[in-house]
Amino acid sequence: MARAALLVLADGRFPAGGHAHSGGAEAAVRAGRITGAANLEDFCRGRLHTAGLVAASIAAAAVLGLDPGELDAAADARTPSPALRGAARRLGRQLTRAARATWPSAELDALAGEFPKGAHQPVVLGLTARAAGLGADDAAYCAAYESVSGPATAAVRLLSLDPFDAAGVLARLAGEVDRVVDQAVEAGRRASVDGVDVLPAASGPVLEVSAEAHAAWAVRLFAS
Amino acid sequence: MHIDHVQHGPAVMSADARRPDGARRALRIGLGGPVGSGKTATVAALCRVLREELSLAVVTNDIYTREDAEFLLREAVLPPERIAAVETGACPHTAIRDDISANLEAVEDLEDEVGPLDLILVESGGDNLTATFSRGLVDAQIFVIDVAGGDDIPRKGGPGVTTADLLVVNKTDLAPYVGSDLARMAADAKAQRAELPVVFQSLRGGTGVADVADWVRGRLAAWTA
Ligand SMILES: Nc1nc2c(ncn2[C@@H]2O[C@H](COP(=O)(O)OP(=O)(O)OP(=O)(O)O)[C@@H](O)[C@H]2O)c(=O)[nH]1
Ligand SMILES: [Mg+2]
Repeated sequence: MARAALLVLADGRFPAGGHAHSGGAEAAVRAGRITGAANLEDFCRGRLHTAGLVAASIAAAAVLGLDPGELDAAADARTPSPALRGAARRLGRQLTRAARATWPSAELDALAGEFPKGAHQPVVLGLTARAAGLGADDAAYCAAYESVSGPATAAVRLLSLDPFDAAGVLARLAGEVDRVVDQAVEAGRRASVDGVDVLPAASGPVLEVSAEAHAAWAVRLFAS
Repeated sequence: MHIDHVQHGPAVMSADARRPDGARRALRIGLGGPVGSGKTATVAALCRVLREELSLAVVTNDIYTREDAEFLLREAVLPPERIAAVETGACPHTAIRDDISANLEAVEDLEDEVGPLDLILVESGGDNLTATFSRGLVDAQIFVIDVAGGDDIPRKGGPGVTTADLLVVNKTDLAPYVGSDLARMAADAKAQRAELPVVFQSLRGGTGVADVADWVRGRLAAWTA
């Protein structure tokens, strides 16, 4: 399989629904926690090492062949906010659709059958990477990068932030994304021996709490 | 696992004409156009005319509220379970053109939950003159502009005005008050669209709605033929 498949999957324009989500940035902007490039970087760093690490580990474990149902339950257990669980499943369903059309595979068909309303997005991401012939590190890269690129893109729209500043934030975080991917792949390997309970369970309480508040807003630009 | 693996399993992919059980899916018609041109009002009018003869549902794409869905609920044009709202994330044209997955989910869920359906109307969030629907999401599209937005819009063209399967020029009742020249709009639309149809509509006066409904019936007849 072609390595460039990674670029197709990681492209922000891959049609899997991500554009409607801010990764918590909309709530953080309203609360005054993101006002410019500097605190956008802080926000993204926090998300990378919590939700990003967990998502990347689950995606890597899915590529390594762990049971999707068990991984989905592990993702649920690591996502306290019902609103975020709902968003992760909606995104998982959308990715399932896009992936089945792009890299048809029996495993993705089976996943769609088992989870008609969507499995957690990182689980689907891992199976998509498998269908595309990619590795655990590739899937972890997609998850970790998306955990920071989602809020950065949203911040450009929400704050009219200079897009070059947002790109600079992502570039400065690149080394940390590499390290999170290494941890995630290592965690996935351990989970394939010791089970899903050893997967990381880092979480950002403010992200979870503000996601609940955000879901109740009557007027918002992003779905999460 | 290879690229020509045959698709099976539960979900309809996008434009396929058949549901997983082999039944024909509903005809899907998109309504796009600039903010406030009368898309929701046209959807409401179509529902009132067609709901006795067809099994209908509506998907709304609101930019940052649920106002369109709430308007349709308040007006009780359809039972609530037949109206679904999609959140578009600040980019209404992305949700109907570049990344249609959320809208496909909404139409699929409507067919699963209240089906079988003959027709699903998908209203885009108000956008600009370049917004068009993907053929993966809808089978035909209506572009709604209004006379108060300036009578030079048909002349300016753009993908919506030029290529939509039906152009509706709405709010003709306002033409005298805003100084819009309807004859000129008709001539410009003709020049941009050649044989593609145009309807001049006033939802205040009630003109044009029957023509739009007839056009929808024609599309449906072709779809089920
Ligand atoms: N005078 C007049 N007003 C109309 C007509 N059609 C719609 N309106 C009014 O125009 C306003 C906007 O109509 P909507 O149907 O909400 O427009 P829309 O295109 O759905 O708007 P967005 O979804 O916000 O982009 C409402 O106040 C309608 O009552 C018409 O034919 N004549
Ligand atoms: Mg509307």
